[in-house]
Amino acid sequence: MRFSGLRVLKEGLTGNRGWGPHWRDPAPKPAYDIVIIGGGGHGLATAFYLAKEHGLRNVAVLEKGYLGGGNVGRNTTIVRANYFLPGNSEFYSHSLKLWEGLEQELNYNVMHSQRGLINLFHSDGQRDAAARRGNAMINQGDDAELLDREGVRRLLPYLDYDQGRFPIYGGLYHRRGGTARHDAVAWGFARGASDRGVDLIQNCEVTGIDVEGGQVTGVQTSRGAIRARKVAIVTAGRSGQVAAMAGMRLPIESHILQAFVTEGLKPVLDNVVTFGMGHFYISQSDKGGLVFGGDLDMYPSYAQRGNLPTAEHVMEAGMALMPMIGKARVLRSWGGIMDMTPDGSPIIDRTDIGGLYLDCGWCYGGFKAVPGSGYALAHLLATDRPHDSATGFRLDRFRDGVGLMDEEGTGAQHNLH
Amino acid sequence: MRLTCPLCGERDLREFTYRGAALARPEGEAWGDDWHDYIHLRDNPAGESREYWAHSTGCAAVLLVTRDTRTHEVLGSALAKGGGA
Repeated sequence: MRFSGLRVLKEGLTGNRGWGPHWRDPAPKPAYDIVIIGGGGHGLATAFYLAKEHGLRNVAVLEKGYLGGGNVGRNTTIVRANYFLPGNSEFYSHSLKLWEGLEQELNYNVMHSQRGLINLFHSDGQRDAAARRGNAMINQGDDAELLDREGVRRLLPYLDYDQGRFPIYGGLYHRRGGTARHDAVAWGFARGASDRGVDLIQNCEVTGIDVEGGQVTGVQTSRGAIRARKVAIVTAGRSGQVAAMAGMRLPIESHILQAFVTEGLKPVLDNVVTFGMGHFYISQSDKGGLVFGGDLDMYPSYAQRGNLPTAEHVMEAGMALMPMIGKARVLRSWGGIMDMTPDGSPIIDRTDIGGLYLDCGWCYGGFKAVPGSGYALAHLLATDRPHDSATGFRLDRFRDGVGLMDEEGTGAQHNLH
Repeated sequence: MRLTCPLCGERDLREFTYRGAALARPEGEAWGDDWHDYIHLRDNPAGESREYWAHSTGCAAVLLVTRDTRTHEVLGSALAKGGGA
């Protein structure tokens, strides 16, 4: 089933009776070449690129719940490539290029909207840091513009330019940054993978990882044993529990990050705005809701909900920056389980167990990485070599201290990012 | 979530700062797998977790807190004497 304007018109005129399910619902086979644990954005993208780029179709994605029911359905949908450090920079640059062709590639409307992202700064020192970051982005081949205060005012006239605590000095403008429809990204990759022969198996919880003589041989699941030559753990906040099934401990703590959305409003926010000093960022969904969030609650949690002090802090920061949103009513808030690494950067790597691979540690930035991560992990699974865009995401960088990627410069320890 | 400081009583979460998993510090100062384990690797439990919290805007004591990470239920807290763990 291909989507097209003509098809939408035809279905609209004939009662929408011609639409079918977007993916197959197969029973698990006894064995696959590759099993991917986790049917979220990263797992589904990996399956898609395995089939499309490498012709590997004897692949299963095992999902404990339903496809896209984890963090890919719980995030604030921001897509950007404004990283500074080598290792991260080329990866997110590559991922953004994949985003820019994604809708055509998937024949699926993921509502990718490059509406521009502005990181505000509030001091001379921060301006220097923003200029340096912008230069790094330009050197990587991406876009960045340094806006002064009046430049920001032209774009975002509704900010409070009189506040004294964090006066707005300007912003780093990343025009190709923006948002996308998060669920559609999962659905588009799922459909693309399923169409190419990948089995997407829902309600299938992995309960054990079989290892014989240092080599992975398959997984135990709630729907029976499945043999596999290669197994990839792509389970975000639950990575610790899944890796423990193979006797591994990971450099990951799972923390809670809250997000909020208001009632639908007429268009008021054209871009994505981040207010790092206040721990606040915001955009407006196409449906009209203001989607915003702040920093972690800063303690480990699997509750998928946070506590009120952080909610209060986020609201205060929002009001300090843009008082106009004060009368909007918050419809709902929720929390996601963030797989935080010590240096704040992710892991796509082999493990000490043959045939067992890891894709985790996306911290609070996994959504924008979905295509890049899937592409890189598929390349690693297919060739046993890291993709050029992801050579820095080694698991052993913490053990030997070489190649740590600490974007914030706060140190490679837990609870600092 | 509220935490109980043995010195000050039950207090608002905002008075406390999470200080990390309660783990035994390795002997010696030479870098090795024991330090890598201690600094980086985590059990990251979904369930009962033993962790340090500082009563940072209160009495500044460091507490050893037992907490359920699935529900935020606080199961116990005590002064973290001698490194806990």
